[in-house]
Amino acid sequence: MLVHSVFFYFFSIIAIFSSLMVITSRNTVNSVFFLILDFISVGCLFIMVGAEFLGMIILIVYVGAVAVLFLFVVMMLNVAEQKQSWFIGKKSTHIPIGLIVSVLILLELLVVVGGWKYKDDLMSSSTLNLSDISNTHQLGLVMYTDYILYFQIAGVILLLSMIGAILLTFRQRKGVKKQSYFNQISRNPSSSIELKDVESNKGVKID
Amino acid sequence: MIEIGLGHYLSLGAIIFFLGVIGIFLNRKNVIVILMSIELILLSVNINLISFSIFSGDIVGQIFTMLILTVAAAEAAIGLAIIVIYYRNRGSIRVEDIHGMKG
Repeated sequence: MLVHSVFFYFFSIIAIFSSLMVITSRNTVNSVFFLILDFISVGCLFIMVGAEFLGMIILIVYVGAVAVLFLFVVMMLNVAEQKQSWFIGKKSTHIPIGLIVSVLILLELLVVVGGWKYKDDLMSSSTLNLSDISNTHQLGLVMYTDYILYFQIAGVILLLSMIGAILLTFRQRKGVKKQSYFNQISRNPSSSIELKDVESNKGVKID
Repeated sequence: MIEIGLGHYLSLGAIIFFLGVIGIFLNRKNVIVILMSIELILLSVNINLISFSIFSGDIVGQIFTMLILTVAAAEAAIGLAIIVIYYRNRGSIRVEDIHGMKG
């Protein structure tokens, strides 16, 4: 019980601190770093309290996809400092803050993975009765039977967002020479070779 | 203080929620920080749902958390795509510069 409260305060203080840093950081890249730290802290909190599947999903989906997407867009748009390059320069704070964030993440993961065998002691304080089936099993038993409609609607939402994102960012550039396989294959000597008579001491104009 | 109950988790969710709301209003830099604040708000909603689900012994809250997570991922993808095309057209995503949409 004491361990539970110690871990709760550890993770929640890190989560609150990092969400404070997300909204007050001057550099957008540092904001994304602290957003990643926030997601990982809350994911560890979920794993600790007993929702293991959702904690892992937050670690995978939020940290692995959404936060990296944010980081990618920030790097691509180059909005934080328009002229200063990212990692070279006097004012660059990416590397120290990135090191701090990654050391904190490593510490949290060590705490969670190392404390896994004491999980029964941790969970004794909560009121959820842990049966012999795991959290993932419980979720699957409910999600694929009673909530199958919501599950499929979620899939349709993801498909629509993918189509929307591709359609929004798709553009056809003008003036770019592209390879056309059909034109390459369908040309023949009569359409591509032209014979010209060259008079002596005169050039040939090729357009 | 030592006994961690439902109220502690709800307080954590409330604090993160209000930090997200403050981040939307406080931010004068760019739109990406607003999107990150929205992600913080959705995360705090997830904390609320999961803590209620755990402490009341009902698994349905975790199902709804997964649905919220799906919507959050879709929202982030669409929002970032809109930001990319806005930057391509205008060359800036500062909050002060976006006053093209009036009314």
